[in-house]
Amino acid sequence: MRRLINLRPSRQGTFFLGALPFAIVLVIYFVFSSLRLAENPADKLMPAFSTMGEAIVRVAAEPEQRSGTIVLWADTGASLVRLALGLGIATAIGLVFGILNGLIVYARVTLAPFVGVLSMVPPMALLPILFIMLGLEETSKVALIVIGVAPYLMRDLALRVEELPGEQLVKAQTLGASTWVIVARVVLPQILPRLIDGLRLSLGPAWLFLIAAEAIASTEGLGYRIFLMRRYMAMDVILPYVAWITFLAAISDWVLVQISRRAFGWAHLGRGA
Amino acid sequence: MATLRVENLWMEYGAQTVLERVNLDVADGAFCALVGASGCGKSTFLRLLLSQERPTRGTILMDGQPLPQDPGPDRGVVFQRYSVFPHLNAVQNVALALEIARAPGLGRLFGKARRAALSEAEVMLADVGLGHACGHYPAELSGGMQQRLAIAQALARKPRILLLDEPFGALDPGTRTQMHGLISRLWRETGMTVFMVTHDIREAFALGTRVLVFDKTRHDPQAPGAYGATITYDLPVDRSTSKVPSASEEKSAP
Ligand SMILES: Nc1ncnc2c1ncn2[C@@H]1O[C@H](COP(=O)(O)OP(=O)(O)OP(=O)(O)O)[C@@H](O)[C@H]1O
Ligand SMILES: [Mg+2]
Repeated sequence: MRRLINLRPSRQGTFFLGALPFAIVLVIYFVFSSLRLAENPADKLMPAFSTMGEAIVRVAAEPEQRSGTIVLWADTGASLVRLALGLGIATAIGLVFGILNGLIVYARVTLAPFVGVLSMVPPMALLPILFIMLGLEETSKVALIVIGVAPYLMRDLALRVEELPGEQLVKAQTLGASTWVIVARVVLPQILPRLIDGLRLSLGPAWLFLIAAEAIASTEGLGYRIFLMRRYMAMDVILPYVAWITFLAAISDWVLVQISRRAFGWAHLGRGA
Repeated sequence: MATLRVENLWMEYGAQTVLERVNLDVADGAFCALVGASGCGKSTFLRLLLSQERPTRGTILMDGQPLPQDPGPDRGVVFQRYSVFPHLNAVQNVALALEIARAPGLGRLFGKARRAALSEAEVMLADVGLGHACGHYPAELSGGMQQRLAIAQALARKPRILLLDEPFGALDPGTRTQMHGLISRLWRETGMTVFMVTHDIREAFALGTRVLVFDKTRHDPQAPGAYGATITYDLPVDRSTSKVPSASEEKSAP
């Protein structure tokens, strides 16, 4: 009898095992949905796959009567723009302050206590303030994502900069590098892979803040739509929307992994030098 | 190239005295091997020569002038580890030194100038026996190859003083012998002044023109940190009788 820790499935086995939990969930849903619908055909809680299919066609392929836009794509576009803006601005802030705090002692002693306190403020508690100060438009939603994500990126990158062996910084100086050249040629290229990891971990919180902001005040967006549909108990729209959001999140994660593999191959060679 | 004078140097960390009353005069082109017990302050002494830290007392003069307050291209260094940049491949690591020398503002060359720097770097790599590994990243190089790379990178800026902190400490004896041949050839060719910390007495006498022994002359059993080490022996090595590893022994990377 071989030990469990040494057993490895084949390629097909890996695929099959990975797909199994998904299949089980779908089957369970199908069974319970059919049972409920058999009892009450008007039941809205667990719509049949066919009903969801019709709802998908309605939101993804047919223009809405009032606005003339196709709802799913308009929502997706609006949400992705907010997400990209929020993450982009958070990345810029995280990089600038992460490098400053990690590398320049004067910046660290000035900013670190402030950033430490600031990152303890729950971002959701700031949402009303953002709505009051920035209005209900795009700015406040983007700002919430930035506030929610930037402090983490900043501290994560600062830690990574501090982890760089001191020998490297001395070495760069003996090659004649100024502070700026050290940032551009030694520090920045080495923390970019970590930035991508940080962004991957931030995708979850970013979606959370986006959907929260959209749920409260918006006229379009994926979060806005599912909270709007809740009023009509339209599970046939909400469930596909949630699946779509999950898919978008998974795709962004995959894209980030690919970028990291392609652009920063050296970082995947194992602990180097 | 550069004469170095150390006058009554002390280094204290809080209550702990690491170095005390260190006096030293080093002529141009000398090869000083630094030996001493672990923890006696050899690396500390190199850090002071690098301007990585400042002595608590005393002065270091280079060509009669006080040392600059920051590390600079006049003093190159090779550490035991972490001397090269993991995100650049071998040839980029060496070319970086040339790029910074030629474009101090950006630290980056473009187009023709960049290609020229890269091909010069390839020649320098070939000179230390790494010609075949130009495109490899440090993580893909063995310990000996990484140290060859670090040496090539440090020499690319043509430092007047080269500081080596146990550069071959992690290498096997065969590789070490090859590296001895390499470093003494480069030392002779460039005429630079070398300070090398080592735990291997044979290495010290084989390479150095002077062997400096660091040790404590005073002990307080109650307070081990009260007194620091100083240079207790300063042994000139007669080059004509000592066996310098010949160039034929150094060829090709492990
Ligand atoms: N930044 C520091 N703060 C406090 N003490 C330090 C610091 N750096 C070094 N020391 C102390 O100075 C002493 C000498 O350290 P150093 O690294 O120079 O020894 P060394 O001779 O290079 O030893 P080894 O041969 O093991 O490398 C040690 O006792 C160490 O604890
Ligand atoms: Mg040491």
